[in-house]
Parts: sequence; C-alpha cells; structure tokens
Amino acid sequence: MEIDKVDKIIDKHGGDASSLLQIMLDVQSENNWLPKQALDRIGEKLEVPMNRIQHIATFYKAFSLVPKGRHNVHVCVGTACHVRGATRILDSVEESTGIKSGETDLDLKFSVETVNCLGCCALGPVVEVNGKVHGKMTPVKTSEALKLYE
Amino acid sequence: MSEIKFEIDGIKVKAKKGETLLDAAQDAGIFIPTLCHHEKLEPFGGCRLCIVEVEVKGWTKLVVSCVYPVEKDIIVRTRSEKIDRIRKTIIELLMAHAPDAPELKKLAKEYGASRDRYEKDPSFCIHCGLCVRYCAEVKKANAIGFVDRGINKEICFVPEIASQMCNDCKECFPLCPTSYLQAAFVLTESLIA
Amino acid sequence: MARLNTPEELSDFRQEILSKRDPDNPCISVCAGAGCVASGADEVIKAFKEEIEKQDLTAKVDTKGTGCPGFCEQGPIVVIYPEEICYVQVKAEDVEQIVAETIKENKVIDRLLFADPITGEKAVKESDITFYKSQERTVLCNNIKIDSKSIDDYLALEGYSALGKALGEMTGAEVLEEVKKSNIRGRGGAGFPAGRKWEGTRNAKDPVKYVIVNADEGDPGAFMDRALLEGNPHSILEGLILGGYAIGASEGYFYVRQEYPLAVDNINLAIEQAEHYGLLGENILGSGFNFKVIVHQGAGAFVCGESTALMASLEGRVGEPRPKYIRSNIKGLWQKPSVLNNVETWANIPLIVNNGGEWFTKVGTETSKGTKIFSLVGKINNTGLVEVPMGMTLHDIIYKIGGGIPGGKKFKAVQTGGPSGGCIPEGQLDLQVGFDELTKAGSMMGSGGMIVLDEDTCMVDVARYFINFLTEESCGKCVPCREGLRQMHRILTNITKGRGREGDIELLEDISETTVEASLCALGKSAPNPFLSTLRYFRDEYEAHIKEKRCPALACKELIVFHIDPAKCQACGMCLKKCPADAIDGGKKKIHIIDQDKCTNCGTCFEVCPDKFGAVTKISGEPVPDPLPEEKRMIAKKSPKKKK
Repeated sequence: MEIDKVDKIIDKHGGDASSLLQIMLDVQSENNWLPKQALDRIGEKLEVPMNRIQHIATFYKAFSLVPKGRHNVHVCVGTACHVRGATRILDSVEESTGIKSGETDLDLKFSVETVNCLGCCALGPVVEVNGKVHGKMTPVKTSEALKLYE
Repeated sequence: MSEIKFEIDGIKVKAKKGETLLDAAQDAGIFIPTLCHHEKLEPFGGCRLCIVEVEVKGWTKLVVSCVYPVEKDIIVRTRSEKIDRIRKTIIELLMAHAPDAPELKKLAKEYGASRDRYEKDPSFCIHCGLCVRYCAEVKKANAIGFVDRGINKEICFVPEIASQMCNDCKECFPLCPTSYLQAAFVLTESLIA
Repeated sequence: MARLNTPEELSDFRQEILSKRDPDNPCISVCAGAGCVASGADEVIKAFKEEIEKQDLTAKVDTKGTGCPGFCEQGPIVVIYPEEICYVQVKAEDVEQIVAETIKENKVIDRLLFADPITGEKAVKESDITFYKSQERTVLCNNIKIDSKSIDDYLALEGYSALGKALGEMTGAEVLEEVKKSNIRGRGGAGFPAGRKWEGTRNAKDPVKYVIVNADEGDPGAFMDRALLEGNPHSILEGLILGGYAIGASEGYFYVRQEYPLAVDNINLAIEQAEHYGLLGENILGSGFNFKVIVHQGAGAFVCGESTALMASLEGRVGEPRPKYIRSNIKGLWQKPSVLNNVETWANIPLIVNNGGEWFTKVGTETSKGTKIFSLVGKINNTGLVEVPMGMTLHDIIYKIGGGIPGGKKFKAVQTGGPSGGCIPEGQLDLQVGFDELTKAGSMMGSGGMIVLDEDTCMVDVARYFINFLTEESCGKCVPCREGLRQMHRILTNITKGRGREGDIELLEDISETTVEASLCALGKSAPNPFLSTLRYFRDEYEAHIKEKRCPALACKELIVFHIDPAKCQACGMCLKKCPADAIDGGKKKIHIIDQDKCTNCGTCFEVCPDKFGAVTKISGEPVPDPLPEEKRMIAKKSPKKKK
C-alpha cells in the first residue's frame, strides 16, 4: 500500500491519536490487511508507540496482519446457527478449503473465518462468501457452494 | 490535606484522599498479597490477588485493594474464609502456567494451594504486565507490549526498539515474578540476529 | 429545503410533507433488512421498481426498501399500503403478478399470503398474522413504514416532534424528570435505571459531558439493535439529542460495530440529514442548544460492549475495561461524566418525551416498564424480532408468537441474556419476562437474545459453546476471567468428549466462584453463568456425560455412534452414495452397514436417510449392535408399498 494513501486516510481523520482505531479500520478496508510500513507511518504521524499499535492490531478481530485470500468465507457460529449445526458446517468448510478458521491458503484463494452473528438467524446455519449469504446450509450444500469459487 | 480514617483488620488507619486501600495498608505495615502491583507504576488491577472485604455502612462487598480508593469509616478485612478460597484458586490457576515460580510457591504454601489442581499450560508468563508497564511508564521506551486478547494474550517485544534499548537496560528482568521474561528476550534477540 | 429555525417551522414542514402525500396512493414496502436481503429482497425491490416504471405507475406508486419488521422466517416480506396487505416469501418472479393484480386491481393474491401453520387460515393484513398479533410494537412499528434513508419519512410519522417539544416547551431538567418518571431501565444488559444514570451525569460538576450510543451489539444470536440502526436510525439519533439536552452535553457518540456496514451508512446519512435541517449542530431549532454527533466504528471485540471498554476504544485504545469503583456517569470518556445507553434505550426516549413518563409505566411489570424487543431464534418456528410488553410469559412468547418448536420436537430450554445469561427450563416457562424475574431464575435480560433449544440440544455443549466464546472475547487483563475461563473451557470440552472425571463439576464450581467474585468487569463476573444455570437445571446431563460417557441429547460427536437399523433399512443407497468417508457397505437390496472404524461421525448418513425410512440412528452410552451376518443382509421381500 502506498504511503500517500495512508497519509490521506490519516489526514481525513485529523491525525489525532484518538482516531487511531478509525484510521486502522480505513487502512484495513482499503487494503484488506495492515502492512508493516502503513503501521509504522501511522505510529510516526500520530505519535503512538508501536507496542500499542501492535496490541490494537491483534486485539480487535477486524484487523489482519497478513494478506487475505480472494474469497472471504465467514462461517456464522452465533448461537442460533450453533444449535442448528454450525459446527458441522465449519468442519465441511475446513475440509473443502483445506485450511482452518483464521487461516488463508497459500494460493490466496480462500480466507476462512468464524463470525459470531450475521443477524440472519432465520436462515441458520449460514455461510457468507464475499458478502453473499448462503442460508439453511448442510455440510453437503456447503462443499458444493464452495466449488463455485475460482 | 484531608485525612481519611478507617479500619483494617481491627487496626485504625489514616490515609490521604485518593490513596488506594493497598497503599494505605502497606503504609500501616499490613500485608496484602499482590503480583501485579509496583510502587512506581499506575495501579493495574490484573492479578486480583489483593482482593479484600470492605464493609461500608453495614454492607459487605469484595473489592480489589490496589484500585479501590480509601473511604471514611470503612471496615476492611484482609483475610476471611472466602478471600482465602478465592486467592487459593487464583494461585492455582497461575501455577498451571508457572508451577515452579518461587513467588507463587511461597503464596501456595500460605493459602494451601496445589500446583497440580489444573491441567498444565506451561507458558510461564502470568500476564502481570510489570515489564510492559515499567518499560512504558518509567523508562518511556515501549520496547515490550501485549498482543492479542483473552486466553491468547501474550507479551511481545518490539524487535526494532528492543535491539536498540534493551541490552543497556534490562531493568524489567528482576520485576518478572516468573523467569519467563528473560527467555522471551533471548528469543527476540535471536530473531533479530 | 432550508434549515428549520423554530419548533413551529418544524411542525409546519411536517404538514407540508404530509400534504404532498396522498394516503390513498399505494405504497409498496419491501423489507431490506439483513435477513430478507439474504433471502433475495434486493432482487424483489429491483423488480418492483422496474415493473412500476414499465407500467408507467411511478407517479402514483411509491416503492421503498424499509427496515426489518422482524418476521425474518418468512422473508422477503412485502407490505402494500394503504390496505396493509402482507405477502410473504416473495420472489422477483411474483412481482409482475403483484403489480398487475394487487396494485392495479386491488386484488389479493391468495398464494402469497401467510398461512397459519396450525389452523391453515390465511392472513391478509400484517396485523392479522399470529406472529404479530400478540406483540406490542411501540418501538419497532415504524421500521416497515419508513424508508430508512429518508428523513422526510421519519418526519411524516411525528419524527423529531419530541425534540421540537423539548426544545420549545421544556427545560433539560424537565426532560430528565420525564425519563426518571418513566422508570425505563437500560436495555443493554444490566438494566440500570436510565433516569438515575442521567441525573448523576447532569449533576456532575465537570461542564464537559458526553452522551454515547452503545451500538456494539455483540451477543451471538441477537440482532434487535441492528434492525433499529438500519431501519429507523433517526429514532435513535433523536433520543441521543434529547439525552444531550437533558444532561447538558454538547457532544454525542455512536459506537457501531463495523460488522454492520449498512447500519454505519444509515447512521451517517441520518446525521447529515438532521444537520441539514438544523435538527443537529449549532442553535438547534433556534433554542440556543448546540449538539454534534460523531460516529466511531468498533473493530470486532465483544468486550467493547462493556461501558469502560467501549470508552477506552472510543479513545483509540484497546478495549480493556477499567475498575468501576467510580461510575462512568461521573468519570467516563476522557475522564468526563458520560451517559452510555444502548440503542433500544435511546429509541424509547422520543416516545417518553412525547407521551410523558407516566405513559411509559402503563405497560410492564412492577420493576420493568415498557416493551422489550427480543430476538427469538434457534429451534423455533417463527424466527424473528418480537416486541412484547414486559411481563409477558416466556410460554406466550415461544408458543403464541414463536409458533412453537419445529419438527414435532420437544422444548428443552430457552437461553436468554447472551453469553452472560443462562438457560431456563420447561418448568419455568410461566416466568414473566422482566429484569429481576430473569435474574432470579439464574439467567438475565441482557440485550434481548432469546435462543430456543429443543431436545436435540446438549446442555453441556451449550455451556461449553458460550464459555468458548468468552475465552476468545475476554480482554485477557485479569486472572479470574482469562485463566478461569481457560480452565473451564478445557474441563467442559473434556466432558463433552467423554473424558470427564469425577470431581469436574466441583472444580468448575470453584473456578466459577472466583471468576464471579474477583473478575474486573461485568463480562468476567457473569462469564460462568452459562455453566451455573445449566448445572442448576440440567445436572443429570452433566452426570450422564461424566459417569456414563453418554450424551442424553445425542449431540456430542465423540459420545455417539451412527448405526443403521437393519429392520428399517430399505437399501435405497442414499447414505452409501453420500458418505464422505466410504464407511458404508451395502448394495442393491442389501441392508447397509456402517464400518465403525472408518466412520468419522460427520452425520451425513443421518441427514440424507429419507424420513420415511428413518433407518440411521444415533446411539450413546450403550454398545453398538453387532452387524448383521452376511447371509441375513439381503432384503428378500419387496418393500411394503410394492406389495399391494
């Protein structure tokens, strides 16, 4: 990610240390992950020590310190989905993609993550791929749905 | 400056407004165990070992003395069956990480805690944060910090800063209640090299 | 439209909006909430817009994507005004017919109506549907009537009239007085009386004060706040401005979780619109009151629902709670007196100011006033958002509104209060919902999650599930929460995997005491609740797991085996074909057998075995019957159907 893009985001938020999280969120959504040089730049401009940035970047789930895959698979493991069998859906996603939740495969094809509630409990269990919600999933339906992504 | 009078374990005590219970007790020579407190650092309230019973106008509650501000006329009890039981569990939970740390062993003896009650998870760090806070608050170096959260929380040096500052300082090493910190630093050093 | 300079100008402008709208003109409202969008609502809205244009009806018919009305189970939901005709499970293909018949000819299309699953009776109007009938929707009701991106829609429904009234006729202290009189308790979790919280902040000496909306809805299985944020953002904003006026704050914050992007957009838009009309900013409605609102996004941390952690996060730090021996309404955000309330609480404020505090107390129980929105999910026929008067029984919510348990299964428990709440068993279904009532039963109100569990749900697994959730969401600062949960999770996992030991329950109880008593914040103090409440009501399930290595609900994967009942298997081959582990042996007319050594317990065979056979069964705690000898495996006689 180019430094002037990072600078633009910092300027947009006024460069105050209290906007640290908002700046990091913007960088994350623009770039899909937080590269080291971007974090260094933020720390330097906001005068926030790196150990604090490190803690924030790992404390909040929205941030990633590594590049993400082309397709983001979110398996909902909220309570409603859990009691309707989300564990087995997650098993099936992990088997189909060959990676565990929280990981990205080496070809950067899939990133798999569990999320706590997507607010579509009526359709549970739910898997969201690139923002599109697949509802009323079964293990069989899940592996078939994932085959459609290249 | 207004003085606040109250009672700890039957002893009449005076303290300054805004002072914490723990400080007031220590000034009066009354011992309350703690693992994350340090006189030079801001109160943290992480280990919860300094929990005590406070009676305010007939109401009894459990509070953590390192962050509880003194109040007029309260009655403080530093030991009770319940407090001892809670401290024992806290020590046992920590011994799952650092079963041989001398400080924990000493406390375990006092409270009858067993080092083997919980399944071991020898990560050695007990997250008291003394190193992190000392480095930030006293040395203003910020060479070490926390990462992650919940059960995955860890301490972590910032390699660029650590390689420049730590060799000449190492003031945090003796603060560590387990021997983990030194090991973590050696590991960071080897990574930089 | 220029800025509105007085409360009178505001009401004149409202009249102007209303005069331009013909109440007899048809209006098509399509739910554009998250649940309906997932079921295809966007395509339906698009199809309506195209069809209306094609039919040259744009001037006469209004089409809007609205907030969530709550009946997610039947989405996408379409309501056609003024007749209030309600169509359920509408697809884009249905649109042409709806426009041709209902819009043009006022004819009701029978097949799109909701049919009561028990009586089979069709409901034409939204309010005739059993799901809505027993509800009392004072907060949620406008969601389906408002285009969530239109401030004019909100104004047309008396929006901002409470603000006009407050600024025109009342002092801040009088607004506070009404809120106190209403006895409204915070809808976010602990149920602290909002009026008392506000009063403390108003009376605090520091001149700089803040009001904050907690929109970091994190309970898994709860989406009440999401529906309000997305569907009716102005109602929350109006409440916040009123709060600022009442306590003397000139700055307010929205803390919205970033997982709700539409909510973030709609709130930002609402702020912009309100500023444009002079309902926000300098000298609001000419009253001299200044108020500005800033939106912050949460970055994914459940603990930030805790007030002091949320404030730390607003300050740009990690969301670690701080000790609360001095309350945050005295020393909160940047050490200033701060009122933090949840979305639903704020949305109630304009209603209270408009109708008076007394009006609010007419509904509810002795100690819990008003209505409460619950998110009714899990093993329930009518999943969705329900708003009911406090004091309604759990039984009525689950059976009258929720329509009972699907698939003829038996009710086991209802989990309320999110991860910090507890499970309430069948014997207590007559319990009236209210803050104190639920707490007494070992659970809590929380923000309003209500998850129904049936006989197939293992209660030990439910406890393990929530504790696991909390181990990841704990901030990790204090020992009792971080280490206590770590060990509790380990022990509970062992129990569900058949590795439980005598004494585990006592161990869990010991940790629970320490975690409840010694944790730093409310998350930790309530974290053992899922265990404590399931132990209280379902101790036998814990003991079956530990002593007999048996899961009574047949849910714990490690404690069950799958078995094909030879008397029922018709050798249809479904399981044989779908088994991912190649663990099933069978053939034409040959009774299928599961090779237990190869079986991975994935459950696919159980799922695909046709209901009419129901040959795949689960066994727990008893030996698997020996496989049939080879010579007995052929099905000699024809299947019963062909016999005739």
